[in-house]
Amino acid sequence: MKYRMYLYGVIFAVLAVAPTFLNPYWVDVLNNVGLYAILGLSLNLIVGHAGLFNLGHAAFFAVGAYTAAILNTQFAIPVLWLLPVCALTAGVFAAVIARPIIHLRGDYLCIVTIGVGEILRIALTNDLFGITGGPNGIFGISRPTVFGYVIRRPHEFYYLIGTFLMVTIFLFHRLENSRFGRAVNYLREDETAAEGSGINTSHYKLAVFVLGAAWAGMAGDIFAAKMTIIAPESFNFWESVVMFAIVILGGSGSIPGVLLGAVLFVGLPEAFRDFADARMLIFGAAMVVMMIVRTEGILPQRPRTYALPEARNAGGNP
Amino acid sequence: MSLLELQNLTKSFGGLMAVNEVSFDVEEGAIVGLIGPNGAGKTTVFNLITGNHRSDRGEVRFEGKDITNWLTHRIVKLGIARTFQTIRLFQNLSVLENVLAGCHCRTKSGSVTAMLRTPGERKEEKASLARSLEELTFVGLAGQEMQLAKNLSYGSQRLLEIARALASGPRLVILDEPAGGMNEQETAALIGTIRRIQQRGITTLLIEHDMSLVMKACEKIVVLEFGSKIAEGAPEAIKGDPKVIEAYLGTED
Repeated sequence: MKYRMYLYGVIFAVLAVAPTFLNPYWVDVLNNVGLYAILGLSLNLIVGHAGLFNLGHAAFFAVGAYTAAILNTQFAIPVLWLLPVCALTAGVFAAVIARPIIHLRGDYLCIVTIGVGEILRIALTNDLFGITGGPNGIFGISRPTVFGYVIRRPHEFYYLIGTFLMVTIFLFHRLENSRFGRAVNYLREDETAAEGSGINTSHYKLAVFVLGAAWAGMAGDIFAAKMTIIAPESFNFWESVVMFAIVILGGSGSIPGVLLGAVLFVGLPEAFRDFADARMLIFGAAMVVMMIVRTEGILPQRPRTYALPEARNAGGNP
Repeated sequence: MSLLELQNLTKSFGGLMAVNEVSFDVEEGAIVGLIGPNGAGKTTVFNLITGNHRSDRGEVRFEGKDITNWLTHRIVKLGIARTFQTIRLFQNLSVLENVLAGCHCRTKSGSVTAMLRTPGERKEEKASLARSLEELTFVGLAGQEMQLAKNLSYGSQRLLEIARALASGPRLVILDEPAGGMNEQETAALIGTIRRIQQRGITTLLIEHDMSLVMKACEKIVVLEFGSKIAEGAPEAIKGDPKVIEAYLGTED
């Protein structure tokens, strides 16, 4: 336990000063890792904790990014002010989409979410309502400013994304260890038993879906600000697959697992650019091996701890 | 007015009449047994009461309120908790968390209060924890809180289901074969537990194949065969009822 805390502390300390010894290229790679970590954590609520197979998470990411892009370019609203708006639009979009399909189980839900992701991408490509800019997307999104300081270079974005990631980890950690977090785990384990224990399963499925989508929407806002140009191709099916794989491979329901998953999926390919051709082969093989030897992911979800009276800890496993 | 009243409850699955015009009452504070040969429709009756199945016809009333075809979690909140014939625990979660599931419907903090960790949320979590530990002590599982549910013995898993049901603060608990898979000693202890549930003022309705348990524990017995009620009464009367004997043993010719 203590050892793990030290390890986290060291990793945090190294990452906090990383831009001082890394070149801008590598800082930007870390920025991408951070963004995918945030996306992975938001999807982890849905896939890892509630067990709802969502293979269209890029759609909510896209709704957030386009909300930011449109409102910023049309009305010149600062992008960071748009964070709650992006959360709202992505959340509402998710609620509207999920309400009729949330009762579907496993693979059926999976297929529908793939469909939703593709429909949105194609709609954006076809210049939805004449405001999404068609296949070229939207450009000229302004840089974020924090207290009048414009964030422009990779190492500045590094601290913006890093802060957002830390806040996400902090809040989601609390969420996991709460009545809400337990409720979604119950419905993942056994929906009938959860309902029979008095848990409103359809409410929690919808709530967790909307919450995860809203968070992806906020990540979309940061993404739009970082890129200054967004296009439908940034939100294709492959993006959803990467997010899904980060959760499953890293560890369903585990924050450290998802963070590691983001590093492996987004950071590692950059480190092995020389073998770019073999990348898919290695990923595929790694996935197959994982599914056989460690189905719960590299760093699986750990049991929650509770403040039990001293005498009652006897007999329990650590 | 009885605590639970069933009136002409009917349910068919395709051409199979699983429950046919079943009516009976459960008085407040009583221990009532529901027995019958395999396939008689006992579990279906339970599923109709707790909203797991929708009835074709008939009424379920709880404290005079019509709860027919309500959603299960609303029925639990109203005060009917159940256990399952095929054990349905959250196998990969700890024993404690399984019981905490029962506390869920009596608490209310949501995602935002959890993220802010408000004083109210902390207080509520503490109360849920204390309540769960009490229920685990009540059924005799104290000291095993941090075990995974799947690592418990079969008998203990049954007790854990009862603890989870009790944690929801019910007025009526519905136990589906609580002694299934238990040895004689465990069954004897279970009878004690059921009596102590009664002392807490909670009414019990149970399905059980272990006749010694049913005869010892229940004050009233309802007998089903092929989906219909064939007898109802005190254990002594049921034992001597020719229709019941026929249902279980068959006729001579």
